Amino acid sequence: MIEARGLSKRFQDKKRGEIRAVDSVSFTCQPGRIYGLLGANGAGKTTTLRMLATILEPTGGTALVCGHDIVERPEKVRSCVGFLSTATALYPRLTAQELVEYFGRLNGLDEPTLKKRVEDIFNRLDMNGFRDRRCDKLSTGMKQKTSIARTLVHDPPVMIFDEPTLGLDVMTARTITAFIRECRDNGKTVIFSTHVMSEVEKLCDTIGIIHDGKLLTEGTLAQLREKYSEHDLEEIFVKVVRPHYVPSETN
Amino acid sequence: MSMRNVGIVYRKELTEALRDRRTVISTILVPLFLFPVLSVGFGALAVSLVGKAKEETPKVMLRGGEDSPAVVEGLKKLDKIEIVPETPDWKDQIINKEVRAAVEIPAGFQADVAQQKSDTVKIFNYEGEMKSEFATEKVEKYMKDYRDRVVKDRLAAKNLPETVLNPFEVKQENVAPPEKVSGAAFGGIIGYMVILLCMTGAMYPAMDLTAGEKERGTMETILSSPISRMHLVLGKFFLILTAALGTAALSVLSMGVSFSVLSHYTGQSGSGRAAAAGLLLKLGPKTVISVFLMALPVAVLFSATLMTIALFAKTYKEAQSYLTPMTFVVIIPAVAAMLPGVELTPKLSLIPILNVSLLCKELVAGTYHWNYIGIIFLSTCVYAAVALFLAIKMFQRESVLFRS
Repeated sequence: MIEARGLSKRFQDKKRGEIRAVDSVSFTCQPGRIYGLLGANGAGKTTTLRMLATILEPTGGTALVCGHDIVERPEKVRSCVGFLSTATALYPRLTAQELVEYFGRLNGLDEPTLKKRVEDIFNRLDMNGFRDRRCDKLSTGMKQKTSIARTLVHDPPVMIFDEPTLGLDVMTARTITAFIRECRDNGKTVIFSTHVMSEVEKLCDTIGIIHDGKLLTEGTLAQLREKYSEHDLEEIFVKVVRPHYVPSETN
Repeated sequence: MSMRNVGIVYRKELTEALRDRRTVISTILVPLFLFPVLSVGFGALAVSLVGKAKEETPKVMLRGGEDSPAVVEGLKKLDKIEIVPETPDWKDQIINKEVRAAVEIPAGFQADVAQQKSDTVKIFNYEGEMKSEFATEKVEKYMKDYRDRVVKDRLAAKNLPETVLNPFEVKQENVAPPEKVSGAAFGGIIGYMVILLCMTGAMYPAMDLTAGEKERGTMETILSSPISRMHLVLGKFFLILTAALGTAALSVLSMGVSFSVLSHYTGQSGSGRAAAAGLLLKLGPKTVISVFLMALPVAVLFSATLMTIALFAKTYKEAQSYLTPMTFVVIIPAVAAMLPGVELTPKLSLIPILNVSLLCKELVAGTYHWNYIGIIFLSTCVYAAVALFLAIKMFQRESVLFRS
């Protein structure tokens, strides 16, 4: 489970002064459900997810991930989280198998367990054909599968996906969305950020709309449709964000 | 501290480094082949060029000497010299390398010598031009031999022994053992080499493991794993340190072998290069271990400092622009230690790099000043620890890791 409590992140910028990238965001993600964080570019999605993955430290508030506080026990949190984003690249000079094994070892798996986990994952994701190929020689689809294997190797109960389909072709993106569904079906807690409305509609059990660092609204798709009297998610998004929208020249 | 995680990171970084062409070239191939190419290759080329120059029969222009036939005849009989008659543009011909030198025999020279009057024979040449200098040497040697013969004849005519002109000899004799002599001459170079190569060996991996990782987008991947940032830094740091020490060790080995091959090739057993080769080959395990033991904290200092600086950069290129000037920061104190007369003092023993460079000079010469060794080792360890601490701190700063 993920429980964000007033999560905030401020940055200091030499030109713009203090920037509130995330401002007192609170929400809860339940196991076996997908929480979709929907927002435009720069809304604060990536910063929120990086804080949950303990890559960044919050400047205010906190969150509990699998019962561990992200500020007090960041290493414990990371060991129960699988984090995947378009920014999480692969080591080019390692083979697919070496890379997955490396992350398995860093997650504290012993060698017999690691070997079994790697065999299971490589069979399940149909990766045996390229297990000994270096990551810089893999196709985009193979790379995505290797990234998925990396996040799964320690079988984490929480999965965090930061715009995982950004820039991917349709077929590769489908592999990712299928994997996200599978995670939910296996009872994992899943949080997922995107600005693609169709992905949210297809995947998410709960949707949170974030803008300018603030979580403006949240609920199931049905609840949001009822609350904003709109059927189309894009229209709902515009209705929620418009009152807070400041053109980028003045932002 | 879990050394297991540090070991995991180290092994992974080592695997990647050994598969990276640029790292293999800068850390293994360059140190192994640079010295053979530079010393044996260029040395052999120089030997061959000098040999060819010596084989050439230079033209030497004769000015005057019409009334000194014996001298002129002797010059003409000289092996591998072609005496040519004087032309008005003789200076231009020397400058244009058409003739290599000109010898001017003053009027009435032979008669003056017979009458014991002093005269001056002038040799005109092109200073710094090798072939001109070879021609000059030959002519000068002939004239000196001629002068010696005249002196001998005069002494003999007066029934005087040759010792009249040479009543006693002055001789220098070295009492220092050979390793100390060559150590004093070349010890500074070894310290300089080890320090500089530690630096160059650390430079590429330091950039690749920090800025390179940011550029390739793998920094976020590794930061999302449960490893602590301290373990991550240490794993990377040990790889950089390995590269630094490996480069230095391979270079010294390669330098020793190259110089010894070169001295064998040239057959100049008494030359400086041969002495350096002899020194490197004669360095006992004690000296080698001492030098590398002193180089260890320096390598730690470089590895941690370079890693900290490179971490600031967003890209590999940016890291290169930060680290390249660092080479000069290292070269200046390392070179200063080689200057004649610069010796260890309590103050100098606290200046990083310079202190180790000076100490290496002493160690290679077989002198162990234990008080200085202690001060230098400890002070360098302190500097290295501070640099490593800074590297760990930098790895915990989001503004550095996610600088945009």
